[in-house]
Amino acid sequence: MSTSDKQGAAAVEPNGYWQRTSSLGFALPRCEDCGSFHFYPRPACPACGSERVAPQPASGRGQVYSHSVVYRAPSAKFAADVPYVVAIVATDEGPHLMTRIVGMDPEAVEIGLRVRVRLDAEGREPVFEPDTSKEA
Amino acid sequence: MTVPAAVIAGIGESPVGRVPELDTLGLQRIAALRALDDAGLSFKDVDGLLTTPIRVENWAMPCGKVAEGLGIRPHYLATLDVAGASGASMVHHAAMAVATGQCHTVLCVGGQNMLSFSSNGAAVQKLADAGWAHPEFEAPYGPLVPTLYALAARRHMHEYGTTHRQMAEVAVTMRRHASLNPNAHKRDPLSIDDVMASRMITSPLRMLDCALVSDGAAAFVVTTPERARNLKQPLVRLLGSGYGHSHTYIGDYRDVTTTGAVQSGRDAFAMAGLTPADIDVAQLYDCFTITVIIELEDLGFCAKGEGGAFVENGAIGLGGRLPVTTHGGLLSAGHPGLAGGMFHVLEGVRQLRGQAGERQVAGAQTALVHGNGGIVGLHCSVILGKG
Repeated sequence: MSTSDKQGAAAVEPNGYWQRTSSLGFALPRCEDCGSFHFYPRPACPACGSERVAPQPASGRGQVYSHSVVYRAPSAKFAADVPYVVAIVATDEGPHLMTRIVGMDPEAVEIGLRVRVRLDAEGREPVFEPDTSKEA
Repeated sequence: MTVPAAVIAGIGESPVGRVPELDTLGLQRIAALRALDDAGLSFKDVDGLLTTPIRVENWAMPCGKVAEGLGIRPHYLATLDVAGASGASMVHHAAMAVATGQCHTVLCVGGQNMLSFSSNGAAVQKLADAGWAHPEFEAPYGPLVPTLYALAARRHMHEYGTTHRQMAEVAVTMRRHASLNPNAHKRDPLSIDDVMASRMITSPLRMLDCALVSDGAAAFVVTTPERARNLKQPLVRLLGSGYGHSHTYIGDYRDVTTTGAVQSGRDAFAMAGLTPADIDVAQLYDCFTITVIIELEDLGFCAKGEGGAFVENGAIGLGGRLPVTTHGGLLSAGHPGLAGGMFHVLEGVRQLRGQAGERQVAGAQTALVHGNGGIVGLHCSVILGKG
């Protein structure tokens, strides 16, 4: 199985969340009242109901909560990526998000694997790669 | 909670599978005519209409489109969309309509030519773009709808030791049931090895872990107990119903192996004054093999994590401890989109009437019909009883 560095084939959303928050690095919405992070974005904090919510930098670290290796692309725009790993990552701040795991053999991804975010300069959707650093 | 007094008095389905000679309204018309004939009614007796959205054509208001297409002028009509739970939910909504006197006879009808309208591949792509994956935060990563369920399946395997072999047992059981259903889309025998050797789609789910894409429509007629007594069929009553919603997207939900079916089942059993042990046959929504395993746990037929072991050795087949989805389900009988769960209602009614033929569960008095929508997030449970 080849190593996959594929980022996902979708075009950058010009007014998408990741584009708007790209200057903050990897940022998740955080409640200014109760302090908890959440994701996906909502009009109010799902923990306390406050509307005082704004994206704040997060660690970009977490672990694989679940994963699937996709062998049959949903449409032509993903066909060149097959096989690729769609995963749910549990961030160290708490929120879960869907992403891809890159930089490793797709079949070697396991639940519990420590991962860190990989961002690109264009504000494309973040992907995650194995986290080999000590502090993880 | 009060049970709305209502009876399912007629059931009908169109040919299911590949039916290129009929369009969506043509399929729905045949199902509706058969359901009305089954009850001893005709279109002129119908004063209520419920339907579900379709995907193949752009219908701005499906209930209006269907009313016009069938030539009826209902006093109550609505398009229900609780995703895959719509079929079960129609029973409850129709019951409320007749129990409150809004109307007296509701035709529930849905279905489409999902396979013949374009192709299996086009249907898969259309589903992937339909919003089941969050358009901004999930779809760009390229998940299939089966990928979203695969994420639940993988986590279930990790937390509880569920095996793919156990999931395969669900597919094999559904095919065995479909082999006894003359109108099923797929009836050829299937072995566990066949499922485990089928093409890998999105690990751990293989081709035969996934529902079919089918043409087909289903219909049933709900009326008051008073009216039903003068119609053709044995009475099948609504005993209880419940809903549960745990999440809209699988990606941000933090406990993907426990679902809104916990609440929908609890509420339905409480309304009916029954427990899972009282259920003779369970028509569980089976969009993927893992779905059935999770529903068995969340509805209380076994403890959390024991769903995999529960389905082994034919236990959810005819003659097993809990016959499940005895018409063959979405995995083998057919899946024409949101209306797929209506076929589970029809089969529950057949079982309680004693009209299921070779698939009959002897002496069935109670049936649970369960619909699952979204990515194991939105649920409706309905309990039906004989007489």
